[in-house]
Amino acid sequence: MIPATFDYARPQSTDEAVRVLAEAGPEAKVLAGGQSLLPILRLRLSFPELLVDLGAVDALRGIRQDGAQLVIGAMTTHHEVVHDPLVRAHAGLLARAAATVADPAVRHRGTLGGSLAHADPAGDLPAVCLALDATMVVLGPQGFRTVPAAEFFVDYLQTALRPDELLTEIRIPAMDGWGFHYEKFQRVAQAWAVVGVAAAVRPAQDGRGIAEARIGLVNMGARPMRAHLTETALTGADGSEEAIGRAATLAAEGTHPPTDLSGSAEYREHLARVLTQRAVLAAAGTA
Amino acid sequence: MTDQLTGQAPGREVGRARTRKEDARLVTGQTTWTDNLTAPGLLHVAILRSPLAHARIERVDVRSALEREGVVGAFSGADLAEGLGSLPCAWQVTEDMVLPEHPALAVDEVRHVGDPVAVVVARDRYTAADALEDVLVDYEPLPPVLDLEAALADDAPLVHADKGTNRCYTWPLVSGDYAAARAAADVVVRRRHHQQRLIPNAMEPRASMAVPVPATGEYTLYSSTQIPHIVRVMMALTTGIPEQKLRVVAPDVGGGFGSKLQVYGEDAIALTLARRLGQPVKWTESRSESYQAQHHGRGQIQDVELAATRDGRLLGMKVDLLADMGAYLMIITPGTPLLGAFMYPGIYKMDAYDFHCTGVFTTRTPTDAYRGAGRPEATFAIERTMDELAAELGLDPLELRRRNWIRHEEFPFTTVAGLTYDSGDYAAATDRALALFGYDDLRAEQRARHENLDPVRLGIGISTYTEMCGLAPSRILGSLRYAAGGWEAAMIRMLPTGKVEVITGTSPHGQGHVTAWSQITADALGVPFEDVEVMHGDTRVAPQGMDTYGSRSLVIGGIAVHEAALKVVAKARKVAAHLLEASEDDLEFADGAFSVRGSPEARKTIQEVAFAVFAAHDLPEGMEPTLNAEHLLDPDNFSYPHGTHLCAVEVDTETGKVAIRSYVCVDDVGRVVNPMIVEGQVHGGVAQGIAQALYEEAVYDDAGNLVSGTMADYLVPAAPDLPDLVTDRTETPATSNPLGVKGVGEAGTIASTPAVVNAVMDALRPLGVRDIRMPCTPERVWRAVKEATAAASAAADAAGKEGPS
Ligand SMILES: Cc1cc2nc3c(=O)[nH]c(=O)nc-3n(C[C@H](O)[C@H](O)[C@H](O)COP(=O)(O)OP(=O)(O)OC[C@H]3O[C@@H](n4cnc5c(N)ncnc54)[C@H](O)[C@@H]3O)c2cc1C
Repeated sequence: MIPATFDYARPQSTDEAVRVLAEAGPEAKVLAGGQSLLPILRLRLSFPELLVDLGAVDALRGIRQDGAQLVIGAMTTHHEVVHDPLVRAHAGLLARAAATVADPAVRHRGTLGGSLAHADPAGDLPAVCLALDATMVVLGPQGFRTVPAAEFFVDYLQTALRPDELLTEIRIPAMDGWGFHYEKFQRVAQAWAVVGVAAAVRPAQDGRGIAEARIGLVNMGARPMRAHLTETALTGADGSEEAIGRAATLAAEGTHPPTDLSGSAEYREHLARVLTQRAVLAAAGTA
Repeated sequence: MTDQLTGQAPGREVGRARTRKEDARLVTGQTTWTDNLTAPGLLHVAILRSPLAHARIERVDVRSALEREGVVGAFSGADLAEGLGSLPCAWQVTEDMVLPEHPALAVDEVRHVGDPVAVVVARDRYTAADALEDVLVDYEPLPPVLDLEAALADDAPLVHADKGTNRCYTWPLVSGDYAAARAAADVVVRRRHHQQRLIPNAMEPRASMAVPVPATGEYTLYSSTQIPHIVRVMMALTTGIPEQKLRVVAPDVGGGFGSKLQVYGEDAIALTLARRLGQPVKWTESRSESYQAQHHGRGQIQDVELAATRDGRLLGMKVDLLADMGAYLMIITPGTPLLGAFMYPGIYKMDAYDFHCTGVFTTRTPTDAYRGAGRPEATFAIERTMDELAAELGLDPLELRRRNWIRHEEFPFTTVAGLTYDSGDYAAATDRALALFGYDDLRAEQRARHENLDPVRLGIGISTYTEMCGLAPSRILGSLRYAAGGWEAAMIRMLPTGKVEVITGTSPHGQGHVTAWSQITADALGVPFEDVEVMHGDTRVAPQGMDTYGSRSLVIGGIAVHEAALKVVAKARKVAAHLLEASEDDLEFADGAFSVRGSPEARKTIQEVAFAVFAAHDLPEGMEPTLNAEHLLDPDNFSYPHGTHLCAVEVDTETGKVAIRSYVCVDDVGRVVNPMIVEGQVHGGVAQGIAQALYEEAVYDDAGNLVSGTMADYLVPAAPDLPDLVTDRTETPATSNPLGVKGVGEAGTIASTPAVVNAVMDALRPLGVRDIRMPCTPERVWRAVKEATAAASAAADAAGKEGPS
């Protein structure tokens, strides 16, 4: 399939990118790895007049540590995230989940920033960043602002980003000492998650109980969400299978999963409970 | 040294795992896919397709498309209708079969999503795609027709109103007295199986390029097709271009699986536009376009009944099929389910067989042949129902099969469906498979998991299949009312330098004929493998042929090559005898040389003979100076490969996910020309069969939209989703051809689907699950378990209340 005609700009810096975006108005779109945007254009579901390709903006790439935070440039590819030693050491959940995204070809082009800005609730990484309490750094004509993950994902494919804003960085608090697991349920290996559960568990001082748990849900509603009731039930719980199982029965509360060819809403709710139990058990086990 | 894989002596090509001659070119991109081709002045075609399942076309307005810069032409169906006939169906399966008109571009009505309604021709592809948005079409929606049973009701809305019915035909095959068999039976098992629609998904979507020579009225059609020869005949008939003025070329073709065994309207449109505009045109489809516009496979409801004695002897079988034709009859749409009609009895003996198939029109993409074409459906029905019968009788499903299958010493065996299976050894293949599988250990593990109430259950599935392929003896095709024959052509030319050209009428699109035919030729002529060049797929180069489908190429086309080579040897023998001044009877032919028996120094190589024939100085009286030979082969019988596939699955009852734990296939495809190619065919075939069992389905919504319209929703499994296959073979040579070979192209697909579903059912039957529709998706499995568990606990409650307390 062939997209409709569009213009193309390739700015060299974030400032230039923001300027080009502001001048072009709402008919412009940022192009990162193109792994979500290009299929949409090729299916003629969207008709932007200008694509602003961030591929030449080197400042948006790379991963560094800033105190107790990990800072990941928006244009860092999934592949880089998966293999980065800093991410593995301090945000292992993100590396683990990014490794399940699609296939190697997609992971070499698709970016963390693109994934978050696209805000597909079926995407693996929005829910993970939500569970990690990440902060988004955004640059617009008025300068930088930060948006916590909990406020970033607004609705289906909608974020707090304005049309003239760029997502530049993702800041993730280091979670050294936490156990984690990403449980992705998919029908074939390259498919999107039917449901995914990202779990991070901070073990109690005694080493057996759970001090704190964070659970992100993929594809359980119009946006990524946290399983708050389960999280609360797990706070201070013992790490037994029964306690975790009981908490997991609350995982689908308040969710509004879709019904589509991969599963009905009812089935997804069931999966959310089963997968949450499995994810938390595994996360507690690795703690 | 002998070849490790085959035990063949060196020097013999047949039986060697030769790497393919084709591959260096294919993997380095030195290819000629139709979409890579170009021509001076090439114009590009884009096709506007119906977004509705069923509608009357009130108006097609192409004027604003014509105003777009770069657009050269834009046409509605009415604009192109003149000189363009209805697309052909070659199989009038019954005298009274309903055969609707099928215009290449819809004129009055659209009958499925994807039915073409207008074309735009532009100087580049991008403009053509953009200009489609300029074409205005007014539709008056008509009711979709989607349910096969409802479509047959008297008051059902009609797909083709002028025909007065959605029933296309009813075709019977009755042998023996089924009513008597049923009356005599202790047990009758009745099941309904759904064969979901599948999308073939060849790696390369379709493309056509038509190049005219206006001054002479000649046309060359390059098309991504499996059947260039049939396309040539049919395009001559459909477009009116005289056959001798039409050349059809199938360049490199990236797979077909039956989806390119078709005479598509797009080829006719390309030729018609080339004729109208006097310039070359090309059309290339996108993947999502191909999902709507290339024919689909399967699409049947099967009501199956098996009648048996208490000790498990089959008495008879009854089959009632409803087969979804889709909106139109394409080349063999109505005949496709009937290719399975003869195979429902499978490998088993029984006294009576009663088969009826009713073809039904719906407002969906037409169906036609897809890998296996009718036989996978038949094999699924018998193999699934055998397992149900075994469960009913409390017999091990393998034991039930043993009690009923045709024994090795009973071949040739004429089945209740009237076919004569030439050879086979079902026990040998099964024993080999069992040894590789570890059947008893898996059964023990299965019991243990059941007793421990393990949430992950184990199931074992069996499929002991045979199939009929090698299409086909022409007289049988004639008796089935198919329009054409089933022969194949081969020609061999020995060149002056002793090299060899083989021209085959088969049309490979991934199968490796170039390699296999080289091996056959090298053995027959005693020339090096490397000295043989195989040509195909161009009606100017290979003027005669019936092309490639139905696992026919080796057993008909390959044997034709072998026979042609023997004719070359016979002629060379005459020349050698003349040159050696010996009698033909005194000559031995070995390793490519003729020698006089008893005086081995008196010798002529076949290459020396070839040059002598070229020089023509001294030939036997009356001999023409060529070492060419042609052979057209019409087979006497079908080919009947068989085998035993065993599958073990783990079913997670909490999520419904099925994981294949191990898979063993032992296939018997007779003698093997190239074991590596056979292995590849088995792997790909099994993958496609597993895909039907677990993953793939063309899903339509209530309005008739194809909702599984892209690869994100139509799940084609890839390597990580498939098990490591353990493959092996037994070799029971075919008696129907001199090389003893059988077809292998479809066997894996035919065998594997029931093996997998039987395994899923075997895992869940103890929980009370009776059936799960294909594909066995996690949600379907989860629901089946949930419902069975609920029913079991309700029954237990009821029993508790009624029983003594
Ligand atoms: C076959 C296939 C399978 C896939 N499977 C999965 C999967 O299993 N799980 C999964 O999570 N994802 C999957 N994806 C999507 C993949 O992760 C993409 O990489 C991701 O969704 C988008 O990233 P991108 O860099 O390609 O963004 P693009 O496609 O370039 O952009 C996506 C959107 O984000 C906007 N955008 C991008 N970057 C910025 C920025 N810095 N600032 C502001 N806006 C921006 C764009 O304007 C656009 O609207 C799959 C993709 C494909 C093609």
